[in-house]
Order: sequence, then C-alpha cells, then structure tokens
Amino acid sequence: MPPKVNVVSLVSVGRHPQSGRSRRAEQDGRAVELGLKLSKKSLTVVHAGDSQEPVLRQYAGMGLDSLTVLPQAADGDALPVLVEFLKNSKAQVVLTGVRAESGESSGMLPYLLAEQLGWPLVPRVAEILTIKEGAAEVLLALPRGQRRSVIVSLPFIATVDNAAAEARQTAFGPGLRADLKVLNVESVTDDAMATWQISAAKPRPKRLKVVKAKTAADRMKAATAKPVGGGGKVMKNETAAEKAQAIFDLLLEEKVVR
Amino acid sequence: MSEFTPTESTLSDLLRRDPRAEWIARNRLHPLHSSVVSAGQGEVRGPSGLLRKNPHVIGFIGPNGIKRIDRANLSAAGLNGKKRAGEAKETQLPLHIVDNPDGYIMVVADMIGGRLTGHDKDILGLAHQLVGENKAAGKGSIAVVLVCFGESKETQFDLAGVDRLLHITGQEFEGFAPEARLSALMQVEAQYKPVNWLFPDSIHGGTDLACRLASRLGERPATQAWQVTASNTVSRGASGSRDISRETPRILMLMEECANAIEDTRHQVLDLAFDADAVETGDDYRLIDQGQIEVDSNAVPLAEAEFILSAGNGIHNWDQFHAVAAALRATEGASRVAVDDGFMPRSRQVGASGTWVTARVYLAVGISGAIQHMQGIGQCDKVVAINTDAGCDMVKRADLAVIEDSEAILDALLKLAQEHYLSKEQEKSDAA
Repeated sequence: MPPKVNVVSLVSVGRHPQSGRSRRAEQDGRAVELGLKLSKKSLTVVHAGDSQEPVLRQYAGMGLDSLTVLPQAADGDALPVLVEFLKNSKAQVVLTGVRAESGESSGMLPYLLAEQLGWPLVPRVAEILTIKEGAAEVLLALPRGQRRSVIVSLPFIATVDNAAAEARQTAFGPGLRADLKVLNVESVTDDAMATWQISAAKPRPKRLKVVKAKTAADRMKAATAKPVGGGGKVMKNETAAEKAQAIFDLLLEEKVVR
Repeated sequence: MSEFTPTESTLSDLLRRDPRAEWIARNRLHPLHSSVVSAGQGEVRGPSGLLRKNPHVIGFIGPNGIKRIDRANLSAAGLNGKKRAGEAKETQLPLHIVDNPDGYIMVVADMIGGRLTGHDKDILGLAHQLVGENKAAGKGSIAVVLVCFGESKETQFDLAGVDRLLHITGQEFEGFAPEARLSALMQVEAQYKPVNWLFPDSIHGGTDLACRLASRLGERPATQAWQVTASNTVSRGASGSRDISRETPRILMLMEECANAIEDTRHQVLDLAFDADAVETGDDYRLIDQGQIEVDSNAVPLAEAEFILSAGNGIHNWDQFHAVAAALRATEGASRVAVDDGFMPRSRQVGASGTWVTARVYLAVGISGAIQHMQGIGQCDKVVAINTDAGCDMVKRADLAVIEDSEAILDALLKLAQEHYLSKEQEKSDAA
C-alpha cells in the first residue's frame, strides 16, 4: 500500500437503535476504520455539524491526532460546505457511511458529492484491496454475503457497508486530547427541510392475510391444503447421468453455479 | 381510458333453484311429494304391471367410498335445478386497457434472478394507486411502465400490473453497470418525461440507481417512503426513528409492503419504444466490473445463503456429500435426522428448531420433507429433490425431482461441477 493516498472519512452523529442516545455511527465508524487501514498518516476525518458534539471525541478516540469540523447549525445543509472543503483538499479517496443515523438519513450525500465533484461513486464497499497507478480495486458487498470486485479510478467516493471491518474500540483519554480543528465556514440552511413535518415514527401496519376464497369449501381447502408446488418435473426412468445433467442445467440457468 | 370487460357468463350456465320443488321434496307428507321426487327418474313397471324399484340405484357412493342412502331426499331437489356448468373454468380477470396515455409512471424493478420480486410487485401496485388518484383529479390517463435491465425470466408481467414494458437489454447493462444504466434512464427521462420515478429502496441496486438518477437530475427524492399518495409522502428518517411527511416528490424510493400488489386485473404489457443502441454509452465509465468473486460458501449465514445443498437421512457417503457441496460452491444444510445422528452440526439444521432459509435454489438430497422441514424452506424459489421415494412430500413440493439413489446422482453431479469449473479456468488462462 503506497503511503501517499489522501483519504477523507466523513463522519456524522449516530443514534443508538434502542436507547436513541447519540453515539459513534456504525457505518461511519467503519469508514474511519477503513481509512486508518489505508493510511493512518494522511487520513482526514471531517464532520459537518456541531463542533461541541461529544460524540466526535469517540471518533477521535480511535487513534486520530486531529479531527476537522465544518461548523453547521442543526438545520444546516452539509453538502455545500463539504463540496467546498473537498475541492480545496487533495483528497483522493472519500469514505462515508451508506446512510446517516440522524437527520433525513436519505443516503444521498455521497451521490450529490460525487455528482458535484465529478468523481465516480462506489456503493457499499466491504474492502479496498489495492490502490496503485491512479486506480483502486475495491470489493463491493452484495446481498447474501457475496462480493464483487470493481476497479475504479482515483479520486473516488465510496460508501462503506456494514460488511466492512468493524470499527476499533475507542479510547476515552486520547479522544479528549485529540485536536479539534474548527474551520471557519458559512452555515447554509436547508430550506426544503423546513417545510417538512417530522414526527416520531409510527409503527407500520402489519399486512393482513386476506382470505379471497368465496365459498366455505374454498376456505376449507385453503386452510387444510398442504403446500404443494405443483407442476414440478419428476424424472424416474432416465439414467443417473441424465438426471444429474438436468439438475446441473437448472443450477446453471438459475446462475447459482457460475 | 381504462375499461373493464366483465367475465362472460351466459344465463344457461347459472344454477336456477326452484325453492317450492325443494320444499316439497323435503316434505314427505306433501301430496305431490312422490311425483316431485320421481320426476327425474320415471317409474319402471315389471312384466306383471307391478311397480318395481331397483335397489341398486338407491343411494350413492359418499366421499369415503361408503354407500349412503339419502332417506330425507335432500339431494333430490338438486335434480330439479340445472347443474352448475363450467365451475372449474378458470376465471379470466378483466383487462385494464390504457390507450394513448397522457403520461407515464416508471417503475424500475430489481428483478432478482430475472423475476419480479414481491417488493417490485408492491411498487407496481402503488403505481396503480397513484394512477387512480391522478385520474380522479382529472389529470388524464397514465400508464405504468416497468423498466428492467438484463435478462428476464418473468412470465406474469400482465398479472403484476405492467401496462407498458421497457426492457433494456445489452451487454453493457449486465452485471454491475450503474453508469450505463444511469445513462439509459437519462434517455428514458428525456424521451418520456415520466410523472413519477418509483424505485425499490433495496440493497439489490434499486437505491443506488435511484440516488444516481436523483443527483444527476438535481431533484430531491424521498427515501424509505412507506405511505405515498399523489400529494403527500411519509418516509422514514433518522435510521427509522422519525416519520417525515412532505409533498410527494417525483423520484421515490419505496420500502417493502408500501402498497398491495395488483391482484384482480390483467394488464396489456405492450412494449414501449426505446432505442437501447442510442444510449450514450460513454467509454469514460470509471467503474470497471471485475465480476463476482468466490466467497467461502460455508461462511455465508445459512439464513441468507443463495444456494443450499441439504442432506437428510438418504445420505450414506458423507465425504462425497461434502465434496459435492464444495465443488458446487453450495452452502451446506441438513435435516433434523442428519443433525441428530451427529453427521452435521446443529447450526446447519433447516426448518423448525433450526434455520428458516431464503435460498433461491434449494437442493434437497435424501430428505423426504417432514412438515417442520417444509416450513423452513417455504421462502425458497426453486426446490430440487433427489430421493428414492417418488411419493414423498419433498418430491411434491419440488420443481425438479429425481427418483434415484443419492450416491449415484451426487457422483455424476460432482463430475459435472468439476468439469464445469475446470473449463472455466481453462478459458480464463487462455484469455490471459
């Protein structure tokens, strides 16, 4: 791994799913972890928001010397200040979580950054394997535990999936001692958000099982019938090789054997 | 311009009851009783002019094969009425027709494995809700368009609510190709100017594509939307702890079960004109797909494994079974018997008191299919059974069942898998 890769990890304030207290965000912590793994010296961790937030010390406690804060009001829009910051920095790799745990948590920020900076975006990264000659080989986390290898040119933005390496433990004392660089930037208000009505989440209604049978006999049949696939092909008299070939063809057709 | 044609039914097919005749048939003291009951049969006189009754035609064979005599003559009334004809005839659902639509709602489906997912179908249902609301508001008729990429194995687009189909095929859209797909969607946008773009908010690529489109168009989408009308959208925010209510944006990413899927109409599934070759497939794509890489299939949690090779009581050669699983790159599963006998660890058990699996392909070797096991594989798409008993429940459930001893089939499968991967490697080394 060449040491001269400038990595920027963007962090936000997380929310504990049970207690609702603010915490180090799960995926953002992983983004910092990945950044530390890539290059500990040239990693910049950036937060756009409240500079007094105690959660930032939890990120700093992962072994960071300093942390950059772009101060924003609570109803501020993080996008313009981050675009400005990244344009002026020499960042080659920008790591974020997939979705924030507070605010709108739309997951749009990395996409908007990529669009405005004109950089490529790699979604749901599990690992960055190599960075050399202006290109990086990254592993994407696919559903069902699968991985895909993608080559992307530098500079790029990557969102870090939950499949990436877990964030290391945070140390309290070093976190407090870390340097908080608060930059002097304008706070931009998010106007569209002001028109929204935000309330505590209502539990979603459970989908009811609707009985569509019109007669009692149909209902009886639906209630007592065994689950039968129906229309399945049964092979009895062929040779073992033919039968195995039929199974293998199905596996190939379903693309589980590649 | 939608129009529902009712199912065709002629009057002669209807069951017409005669309540008075039924009442007389029930009442054996009625003066007309004998004539009503014997109306359909006619009396038989012997050679001497005596009225003869054939004891063999009295009664009928009941559902358990036992002869029943209907002394109350309840069923005789049915003889008077006409039999219900064509009861088993498959009902033809009414066809929803959209001619010359004034606008389009684009639904970009995930199509995992080339088929519509339940999530996709829910979104199509929601699209039709929006169409209905727009129509009620006098905004003209809107067609629901399904946009899908790559190979499609779906045969029931018409029942899922697809008015128009935009199937974009081509080598450049296969696999992981968000940039090519985005430029195709941009062309769709330019050509059709859809009223709404609906995406599944899923990890199968729906969210990714939607975010790319929204940021390219510079529009603010609603993500994790779960309650959508034409005017208002409620979506989850702050990791699911807040509800955000706002005006419905043009681009929506929808959660699962956001609406009910279409059930009682058929749809046209007309191909929408689209020139896939005209998509500006820039050579400057900066994401180069290297393909999926192999992962340790047994490290994948059983509950989310894509392909499971499951063993039951019919396995005798366990070394061979493990070899086949490794050769096919399948995750290993087991039935309760195999686990109880100590051949497989408890963590591999499928079904009740084990894991409920969601595999796309489930290959059951020597498993007859106890109901506890069948519950566990309820969500599997394709089930393949290898069993010696043709009458077992697993064979009934299976899409492909093979009646043979497991050892012979596994042996042949092992050879096929090894040959397949060998030739794959050969190709790779030739290309390199």
